[in-house]
Amino acid sequence: MDQFAWLIPTLPLAAFLIIVALTYRFKLLSAIVATSFSLGSLILAISILIQKIQNPKTTETFINWLTITANQQTVLTLQMGYLIDPLAAVMCLIVTLIATLVLLYSIGYMKGDEGFSRYFAYISLFTFSMLGLVISNNYFQTFVFWELVGLCSYLLIGFWFFKPEAADASKKAFITNRWADFGFLVGIIGLFTVFGSFNFTELSAVIGLHQNTLVLLILGLLVFLGPMGKSAMFPFHVWLPDAMEGPTPISALIHAATMVAAGIYLVARGYILFASVDSVMIVIAYIGGFTALFAATIALVQRDIKRILAFSTLSQLGYMMMALGVGSMTSGMFHLTTHAFFKALLFLGAGSIIHAVHDQDIFNMGGLVKKMPITVWTFVIGSLALSGIFPLAGFWSKDEILTVTLQHHFTGLFILGTLVAFLTAFYMFRLIFIALFGDKRSNHHAHESSWTMTLPLLILAILSIVAGLVNTPWFYQWTGMSFSTFLFFKEPEIPVIHWSIAGLSSLAALGGIFVAWIIYAKQHISADKLAERFKGAHTLLLNKYYIDELYGWVFNKGMIGLGKVFNFIDHTLIDGFFDGTATLIRSTGIQLRLFQTGRLQQYALVLFVAIAAMTIWGVR
Amino acid sequence: MNISVVSLELAALSIGFLIIIFGLIFPSFRSSKTGGYLAIIGLLSMLIGSFFLPASNTQTFINAFYVQDDLALFFKQLFILAAIFINAMSLHYLKPYTKNKGDYFALTFFALTGMMVMASAAEFITLYIGLELMTFTFVLLTAYKKQDLKSGEAGLKYILLSAISSGVLLYGLSLLYGLTGKLDFAGISSVFSLGATSPLVVWAIIMLLSGLGFKIALVPFHMWTPDVYEGAPTPITAFLAVGSKAAGFIAFIRVFFHVFSVYTSIFMPLLITLTVLTLLIGNLIALAQTHLKRFLAYSSIAHAGYILLGVIAYSKLGLSAILFYLMLYLFANIGAFAGVTALVINTGHDRIADLTGLWKRSPFLSVIFLISLLSLAGIPPTAGFIGKFYLFTEAIHQGYLWLAALALGMSLVAIYYYLMVLRTLLSGTNEETKSFIIPFSLRLVMIVSAGMTLVIGIWPGPFTDIALRIAQSFL
Repeated sequence: MDQFAWLIPTLPLAAFLIIVALTYRFKLLSAIVATSFSLGSLILAISILIQKIQNPKTTETFINWLTITANQQTVLTLQMGYLIDPLAAVMCLIVTLIATLVLLYSIGYMKGDEGFSRYFAYISLFTFSMLGLVISNNYFQTFVFWELVGLCSYLLIGFWFFKPEAADASKKAFITNRWADFGFLVGIIGLFTVFGSFNFTELSAVIGLHQNTLVLLILGLLVFLGPMGKSAMFPFHVWLPDAMEGPTPISALIHAATMVAAGIYLVARGYILFASVDSVMIVIAYIGGFTALFAATIALVQRDIKRILAFSTLSQLGYMMMALGVGSMTSGMFHLTTHAFFKALLFLGAGSIIHAVHDQDIFNMGGLVKKMPITVWTFVIGSLALSGIFPLAGFWSKDEILTVTLQHHFTGLFILGTLVAFLTAFYMFRLIFIALFGDKRSNHHAHESSWTMTLPLLILAILSIVAGLVNTPWFYQWTGMSFSTFLFFKEPEIPVIHWSIAGLSSLAALGGIFVAWIIYAKQHISADKLAERFKGAHTLLLNKYYIDELYGWVFNKGMIGLGKVFNFIDHTLIDGFFDGTATLIRSTGIQLRLFQTGRLQQYALVLFVAIAAMTIWGVR
Repeated sequence: MNISVVSLELAALSIGFLIIIFGLIFPSFRSSKTGGYLAIIGLLSMLIGSFFLPASNTQTFINAFYVQDDLALFFKQLFILAAIFINAMSLHYLKPYTKNKGDYFALTFFALTGMMVMASAAEFITLYIGLELMTFTFVLLTAYKKQDLKSGEAGLKYILLSAISSGVLLYGLSLLYGLTGKLDFAGISSVFSLGATSPLVVWAIIMLLSGLGFKIALVPFHMWTPDVYEGAPTPITAFLAVGSKAAGFIAFIRVFFHVFSVYTSIFMPLLITLTVLTLLIGNLIALAQTHLKRFLAYSSIAHAGYILLGVIAYSKLGLSAILFYLMLYLFANIGAFAGVTALVINTGHDRIADLTGLWKRSPFLSVIFLISLLSLAGIPPTAGFIGKFYLFTEAIHQGYLWLAALALGMSLVAIYYYLMVLRTLLSGTNEETKSFIIPFSLRLVMIVSAGMTLVIGIWPGPFTDIALRIAQSFL
C-alpha cells in the first residue's frame, strides 16, 4: 500500500490541473472533480493508516530532485520524497478528511459565485501542497511546500480580492509568514551546513549526539520561528484573525484545521531537534502557553463570529504548542486531531449561519435555533467539545494536556491552562447565547442550509463526539491501542484518567458556561455595565492589545518611511533643485544647459565621492 | 585565425547591416514590421547554430585576445535569447512612436554584438570596445522615442554618465597597463602572481570596480538606472535590465575571478560593502516607487546585490549559482517587462496604479505578472526561489552567514513591494473595463518566459547542471 502513498498528494494536484486546463468553464464539473479526487485521497489515506497500524514500519522513498557535485563530491543534495510513518498517516487522514468535507460543503456555500471553478482549483492546489508537506521526508521539501501552502492561503484569503480588506489581509498573512520563514530557512540551511543533511531520519541520527549545545540551541530556535509563523504564535499571531476575510470554508480548512496546524506538525516531525535542547523546549512551552491565554482574553470581547473562532483557534494552537513544549508529543498531536474536527465543525457551522443571516456580527443574529436546528445543535456540540465537556473529544485531549503539564512540573502553565479552559467555555457560550438562542436581534430571514452543507456538519459533529475516545482507558482495554499507537511504534502509553485534574478542568469549563449563561442568557449581570466598569481593559482587549497598530506603525512608518527617505535622498536631494529637465530640452543649447541643471552633476558627484571614499579606505 | 570563434558576432553584424541596407533600398521595409521578423528569424538561427559551435579555452582568435570558452558561449546564448524576446516585444510596441522600425531592429543587433564581444574579450581594450559598442547603441535605442521628451532626456543622461564611467574605467586600465606593461587578462594576472604589489593596484581595482559597477548598477553607481529605465522604450529597458547587466557581469566575473585573483583580500571588503549598500538601497527605495519601470529598475539594482553574493562566495559553486540566477533572472524580468509592454500598449501608461483591477480586464496578463514577480521575489514553485536558495546556501557555506541573512532579510522587504504591485493588480476596480488586446508575438514571449520560470522552478536539475559544468570549466 505504501508504494501508492505518493498518490495521496498527486490526486488533488491532478484535480487542480484538470480544473485549470479542462473544466474551468463548467462550474459543477469542476466541483465534482475536486471533491471526488479528494475523496480518492481520503480512501488511500485511510487504507494506509490501517496498514500502518497493522504493520508498524516506516517507509521512506525519495528521488534526488537536485544534486550539485563539485570535484566528484556531492555538495548539495535536495530530495523530494515521502516518509510514511504513523504520524504522517494520521495527519494525511485529517487533511484529506477535512478537505473532502469542506469541498462538499463548498458546493452549496459558493453557489453562484463568480470564481466558483477558481475556488475549487485553489483548494485542490492547497490540498496537494499540504499533503506534500505532511509526507515530506526532509526539511527542504517541507520548506518548499510550506511556502506553497502559504501561497495558496494568500490566494484564498484574497479570494474576494475586490474587497480591499481581503486584499490587505492576504498580503498581511503572506508577509507575516515570510518574516517567520526567514528564520526557518536560515535554520534549515544552518542544519545542512552543520550536519550535512536536510533529511529527517539522517538528522535525527546525528542530532542526538549534540544535546544541549549552543549550535543546536540557535538552530532549534531559528527553525522554530517557522512553526511560530504558520501556527500564528505570539508575536506572529496578527495575520490569522485578518485571514478570516476569505470564504468561511477556507477558514475551516486552512485557518483552523490544517495549515495552521502545520506548525504543530512540524514541531512533532522534527521533535528530536527541539527536544535535544531543554531551553528550546521551555521557550516552546511558554510561547504556547502565553499565546493560549493571550488569544483567549481577546476572544472574550469580539463581535465578529469568525474572529471569535479565529482567536479561539490561536488559543488552542497555543495549547498544542504548550503540550509539545512540556514534552508530550502525543497530547499535542491528539489535541491537534480532535481540534481539527470540532474547529472545522464550528467554522462550517458559522459559515452556514453567515450564509443564512448575511452578517458576521453576533449581535445581529439571535433566534436561530428554530430556523436552522441542524446547524445550531451541531454548533453546540462543537462548542461543548471545544470547552472540554465530558465525554466529548475536547475533554480527553485537553485533559491529557493538563495532565502532562502537571506531570512535567510546569505548575504555572497548568494553572494557566485551567484558566484558559474557563475562558474558552465562557467566550464560546457567550457566542452561543447571543447568536443562536434568545430573540432575533435583527430582521434576518435565516433558513436551514442545503444537504451538501449540513451533511459535513453532521459527520464532523459525530467525530467531535467520538474522536476523543481513542485515547481513553476503555478503548485501550478493548483494542490494546491508544492514540500514541498511531504516532509511535513503541508500546503505547497507557491512558489513565486523573480524576482530580479532569474534575478541576471540567469545573473550570462548566464555570465558564455558567457565567456566560448568567450574563448573556439570564442577563442577571449587564454586559454593558461590566464593559463600562472595566473600560480600560475592555478597550485594550477590543483593540487586541494594539499589536496590529504597533506593527502597522513600524512597517508603514518605519520601513516604507525609510524607503521614502532614501528615495528622497536618491532623487530629490541628489537630483538637485531641478525637476523639469524635460522642459529644458525644448529650449536651445540643450547639452550645455543640461550640464548645469544639477541632476547630472550631482550623479557624477556621487560617483566621484564614492570612488574617493573607496580610495581612502583602500590605501589606508 | 579561427573564424568559428567570431561567427556569432559576424552573423549579428551582417544581419544588422542587412536590415539597414534593405531599409535603404526599400523605403517601405523601414516602416514595416518585416525587419523585426527578419531579426527574429536571424536570431533564432544564431541561437540554434550556437549550440553547434566548439567552445573551450583553446578556441581563440588573434593571439588569445578573444576566447570562445564555455562561459563566453553561455553568455552569448543568454544575450541572443534576450534579443529574441526584445525584438518580439518591440514588434507592436513601436507603432505609435516611430516610423523607422527597421533601424531599431538593426540597432539591437549592434548592441548584441557589443555584449558578445564583452563575453569573449580576454584583453582590456577588446573588452572596452565591446562595452562602448553596447553603450552607444543603447543610447540610440534609449532615445528612440523621438517625440517623447523623457526618452531623449534618458538617452542624454545615459551617454553623459556612461562617458564619465568610461573615463573612470579607462583610467583604471591605464594604471594597470602602467603597472604591468600588459593588457591581456592572462598576462596581467601572471605579473600579479609574481607578487609585485604597488599601492596603485588598489586604485586600479577601485577604478575597475566603479566602471563595471556602473554597468551592473551597483549602489552608488546606480543613479542612472531609474531615469534611463523609465525613459527608454519598454523593450529596451528590458534589454538593459537583462542584457546589459549580464554583459557587465561577465566582465565582472572575468576581471575579479581571473585578473585580480591574487588580490581578493583587497577587493573583497570593497565588494562586500557595495553589496550591502546595493541590497539595502535597492530594496528600500523600491518600496517608494509609483512607476512600474522605476520599480523594476530598483528591483534590478537589488538583484545585482543578490547575484554579487555569488562573487563574494568566490567559489565554483558561487559562480555556478550566478550563472543559474542569471538564467532565471532573464525569464522573470522578460515576463515582467513584457507585461509592462502590454500595459503600455493598452493604456499608454506605466504607473503601478494603472494596474488596478487588471484581473478583471486580463486574467492572462495578471497570471504572467503573478508568476514573474513571484519569481523575482523568490517564492516557490517559481525559479527565483531555488536561485536564491542556491546563492544563499553557497554564501553561508563560504562563511558569510551574516551577509546571507541580510540578503534574506532584504528579500523579505522585496516581497513586500512585489506584493504591493500584485495587490494593486488583483484588487480594486477600474472605471475602464475594456479587456486588453495582447498581440500574438507578445503573448508568446510571455508564455515562454513565464513557462520557463515555472519549469526551472519545478525541475531545476538540468539548468544547475549546465551552470555547474560551465563554472567548472572556467575555474
